Formats: sequence, structure tokens, C-alpha cells
Amino acid sequence: MFSLESITTLVQDWLNKTFSPNLALFFEFVIVGVLAITLFAGLGLVLVLMERKVAAWIQIRLGPNRVGPKGMFQSLADTIKLIMKEGLTPDGADKFLFNLAPFIVMMVAMLVLAPIGFAKGFQIWDINIGVLYVSAISSVSVIGILMAGWASNNKYSLLGAMRSGAQMVSYELSVGLSVLSIIVLTGSLGLNDIVLSQQDGWWIFKGHIPAIISFVIFIIAVTAETNRAPFDLAEAESELTAGFHTEYSGMKFALFFLAEYINIFIVCAIGATLFLGGWMPFHIGNWESFNHVMDYIPSFLWFFGKTFFLIFLIMWFRWTFPRLRVDQLLNLEWKYLLPISMFNLILMTLIAIKGWHF
Amino acid sequence: MFIKEYFKDIFSAIKSLLVGMRRTGYYFTHHKEIITQQYPDNRLELNLPERFRGEVVMTHDEVNEHACTGCSACELACPNGTIKIINKFDISPEGKKKKAIDTFVYHLELCTMCGLCVEACPTDAIKMANTFEHSVYTRGQLTKQLNKPDSKLRAGVE
Repeated sequence: MFSLESITTLVQDWLNKTFSPNLALFFEFVIVGVLAITLFAGLGLVLVLMERKVAAWIQIRLGPNRVGPKGMFQSLADTIKLIMKEGLTPDGADKFLFNLAPFIVMMVAMLVLAPIGFAKGFQIWDINIGVLYVSAISSVSVIGILMAGWASNNKYSLLGAMRSGAQMVSYELSVGLSVLSIIVLTGSLGLNDIVLSQQDGWWIFKGHIPAIISFVIFIIAVTAETNRAPFDLAEAESELTAGFHTEYSGMKFALFFLAEYINIFIVCAIGATLFLGGWMPFHIGNWESFNHVMDYIPSFLWFFGKTFFLIFLIMWFRWTFPRLRVDQLLNLEWKYLLPISMFNLILMTLIAIKGWHF
Repeated sequence: MFIKEYFKDIFSAIKSLLVGMRRTGYYFTHHKEIITQQYPDNRLELNLPERFRGEVVMTHDEVNEHACTGCSACELACPNGTIKIINKFDISPEGKKKKAIDTFVYHLELCTMCGLCVEACPTDAIKMANTFEHSVYTRGQLTKQLNKPDSKLRAGVE
């Protein structure tokens, strides 16, 4: 059966046989880096096109359909245009911070990629505190956004950045608590262990209603954390032109744009890992033959299928719901999501202690 | 009671969000509903809605008669002076002078397609047409005369 694990072991064996261990490790770093960048570029192209097509179909339009067959090369053409454009730096801007900000946002997105398991045995770094690492690193991206807003020396940018800060800090709590309710069940912070614990069914099915509630809260809160509509107050093009990236152009803007889509991919990948079993195929309890049939579908297909399903869900939100006001946004978090997720966590703990889950 | 309200709020909110998502999901899966016209490709079989407002035209019947009495209600209704009506006086067989339209001047370059003139017209002489390919090389070509040459008022229209 085809698996990515065999390829990685083959490459590692060959490198270790040919070079000294240190050099082999160095080459592995290079390979991983190239793969990560390739994944980012590919995801950027695919997700931008997907978003535009989903938006168009939801709004009864056709979407891009001129560049290439069915408009498939539209995002490639856009990328070439963005590379050609001049990267302006405004006169009054803090030049160093202004140019640093997009890279910080991008770097955060790259760092979060490390503990995610893409397929069986295909993971950059199997760290035993994966969930903690992800939630710690993902909150650094607010620094990049605040930096961009402050350094632009533009009131709209600063307003957008401040809103984004308030939003990210408050919604981080709900994300943390809803993730915690799964951690209670698995008893491990490692993403690989969490996937393996879903051998006999995904947590969203095994954890009864509390798991479903925490899944819903997780999806709402990560939509807010990635600054996407209906929580796109940081950008809010009708109020703040483009919020924190108003002053950016060319490739620096493209980095922000790419980071947004990479962040969506990452939060959806984590959501898929925690609630939908990551690369684990769809298994039902002890149905050996059924589980065996499901195993024939390669694990990376399962992972990307689930992740893209969640991404589609978030895009569906974006093109259906109107934007919230700032007070509504904070009300939703502090009066609804946070108390509910706290009670949900208690309920989940009770279920875990009593062993009521499957 | 507060708790009851609280949960009622949550459930009604979720319900209304699901209703919205159901609608957009319907559009997402039903591509037949798409209303976009691929304009230059289907120029010959364009299917524009009835209410589309392209320009003001005066309707003439097959014997070259129109219904415009020259009352200039449209000229008064127009918010930006798009319409100018020049009247003449016809001498009827009984020797009486009768007001009639000489030239209905329509400045397309000033028109905002608001349709107020059509609403103001007491005899339904003018209407909004579906045409929209208005680009020309000089401004002068946009000043149009709406009544056709040698056309006259339809009998019985006052």
C-alpha cells in the first residue's frame, strides 16, 4: 500500500548511508524547508482560487473563468502580477518595523506547521506538547499585525490592528478551552497521540454532545482568530479600507495575504486533528472489515480531505454572514462562548472521569 | 428567567444562522441559478431583465406616430437637464393654433437613467430601452433627437 512513511524512511536511510550524520541532518532540514515552502506556495494558489470560486457560486456568480481552463490559472496570474508590483514604503512609516511585520506574520504561520501530522508517520516534529506549542505560537501572530498597523503611521491601520489585538486576545480563550476538552479525553498534548487515540472512532462521535459543542465553539473562535468574516473587523474594507495592511503593496501585501490563507489551513488542520481524527481513516469501533476497507484510502488523502472540508465550512461562513460590530464581537466571546465552553469543559471532564465516552 | 432568555437567544441565533447557510448552500450547489451574463460572448442572445434602464426612447407605431404632446412634464421632472423640448405651433384646418412637438432633445451624456421622466409622462410616450452600448467618439453624437423625422402626434392623444 502507498504510504509517505516508506518514502521518508527511504530518504533518511540513503542520506545516512551516504553522508556523515551531521550532514545528513542538515540535508533533512533543507528538504523539510523546501517541502514546507512548496506546500505554502501551493496552498496559497489553491486556496485563493477556491475562495473566489466558492464566493462566486454562493453569490450566484461565475467566478474567475478566463485564465486557463475554468479559470484554473487565475491565482498564478495574480501572483505574477503581485511579484511585478513595486513594494512601496510610506514616507512617515517606521521603515524597519514596516518591512519586518509581514515576515513575522509569515514566520509564525510556518512555525505552527511543525507539529502537524500530514499522514501516517509524516510529521516534521513529533513534539510531546504539540497542542501547547501550537496555541503558544499562534498567538505571536498578533504581534506581527500590531507591528504592521503601528508602523504604517496611518490611523486606519492602527485602528484595524488594535481591533485585531482585542479580538485575538479574547478569542484565544475559547480556542484554548475547546481544545482542552479534547485533551481531557486523550490525556496527551502530543498531536500524534491525539490522532492515535481516535483509532476506534473520531472524537466528535465518541465524545457525545460536549464534543460537538466544543467543535462548534472551536470553529467559531478560529474563524475569529484568523480575522476572517464575519469577524474581519481588523480589515473591514468598508470601514478601514484594508485595516492593518492598507499601506502594503506588492510582495509584502502578498505575504500578509498568503499568511491569512496558511493560517486558515493550519487552524483547520488542527481542528481536523483534534475532532475529526487527523490522518486516521473513518473507523467505527470494532467493525474490523469496515475499518480495513477504509484503511485502503491513503492517510494523507484523509487528512487533506478533512482539512479542506473545514476550510470550505469557514469559507461558507464568510460569504453568508454579515460582519459583527466590535461590541457584538466582544459580547459573543465573553458572554456566550467563554461561559459555555467552561461548562462544556466541566461536563467533558465528568464524562472522561466516569468513562462514558466510547 | 434570565437563564431562559439566555438559552433562547443562543438557539434562535443558531437557527437563524443555519437558515442563512442553507440558502447560500442551495445557491452553491445549484449552478443553474447563476445570473451572470458572459457579455461579449453572448452578445447576440443577451437576456436582459425587463426593468433594466439603458436609455430613454420615444415609442413610434408603424405609421410613424408617437404619443408626445409636448407638455414638457419630463423636462420638468428631469433632475439634471437631460431633456429639452422644442415646440412648434401647427395650424389646424379650422384656423386654430395647436401646440405640437418639433424636437425632443435628449442629452444621453447627462442622463443618470433614473427613469423619473418616464414616470412623469402623462401619455406614456417615452420609455426606458434595454440598449447599453452607448460609447461613441465625440460628445456631440450623444445628443439625440427622440422623435423621428416627419412623425406626428397620434390622433386622440391629448
